[in-house]
Amino acid sequence: MITKPPFEAIVSRHGPMVLRVCRAVLGWADADDAWSETFLAALRAYPDLPADANVEAWLVTIAHRKAIDVTRATARRAVPLADLPERPAADQAGPADLDLRNALAALPRKQREAVAYHYLAGLPYQEVAAIIGGSAEAARRAASDGIAKLRHSYPKTGDFS
Amino acid sequence: MNASTSPSPPGLPGAFPVSDTDLSALHAQLAARAESAGLLDLAYRTIDSPVGTLLLAATPAGLVRVAFASEDHDQVLAALASQISPRILNAPQRLDDAARELDEYFSGTRRQFDLPLDFQLSAGFRRAVLSQLPTIGYGHTASYAQVAAAAGRPRAVRAAGTACALNPLPVVVPCHRVVRSDGSVGRYRGGPAAKQLLLNLEAAA
Repeated sequence: MITKPPFEAIVSRHGPMVLRVCRAVLGWADADDAWSETFLAALRAYPDLPADANVEAWLVTIAHRKAIDVTRATARRAVPLADLPERPAADQAGPADLDLRNALAALPRKQREAVAYHYLAGLPYQEVAAIIGGSAEAARRAASDGIAKLRHSYPKTGDFS
Repeated sequence: MNASTSPSPPGLPGAFPVSDTDLSALHAQLAARAESAGLLDLAYRTIDSPVGTLLLAATPAGLVRVAFASEDHDQVLAALASQISPRILNAPQRLDDAARELDEYFSGTRRQFDLPLDFQLSAGFRRAVLSQLPTIGYGHTASYAQVAAAAGRPRAVRAAGTACALNPLPVVVPCHRVVRSDGSVGRYRGGPAAKQLLLNLEAAA
């Protein structure tokens, strides 16, 4: 019988990955909200999670739903200012990282999600497909189309083929 | 865990760095929101003390566990997750009062604790024994036989000893004041040296 670890261990083990995924899918400004909503919902549901569940996939599934909620809420209170600049000085990112982030932000949502869930969360395409819908093959295609566009709009990362 | 063979773009995770500062701010916010949403079944923190680092854990009802470092805090938390609830966060705020009163106790300025206690980890006779312990005054001791009698089963001396040895709230519920009739300190969750240290502290104050 597998015993379930304290939720604190889930937060410390997977918190960084979930924040990275939220930032990739939503951008810096909305990522904190999505992270908090994700872990609050996860805490609520945690006692019912089967002890042998894939915790990463479970968290990314919740984060995916919360990111959609946050996007809707942001759209409702939208200020008609397209393309707000990244929050300045929020981290140590160099200009190259900012370029890559902006290139990712410019991808269609499904490609961005496929890239984030596969490359940042480390989920296999089968799991990515279960989260974003469609087949594993379609998820794989969305991620590779996304990566191809990143490489195109941001050639310096061309070595990541 | 990543079963696919797709090469990972090395630049990508690096473009989304996550600092400890970001995470600890988010963690504190999560703990506060969990508390106000009624989802924090167990909050814990650690404090430094003359008997080593102590783990303090509380349910919404009160302090439920005090653990010595020798008990292995990770194992104690894992046990609490299965005994009470896995909804556990490092959330110091709920334990502010307990931490302050323990500090005062260890510095000799507090003689009894005024904290809500949750005795759910003890049942039956063990619980009866523990509820008698606060009647042993600061700086005084009682024998296991006296405690067994006070809990209503004068012949259950050995069981009274077990109840003390397994006290989930050591220091706060003063099982350290129960000693053997021959004068030796007897068993203690934090080890005999910790027990002796508390007895000396109370004798000196």
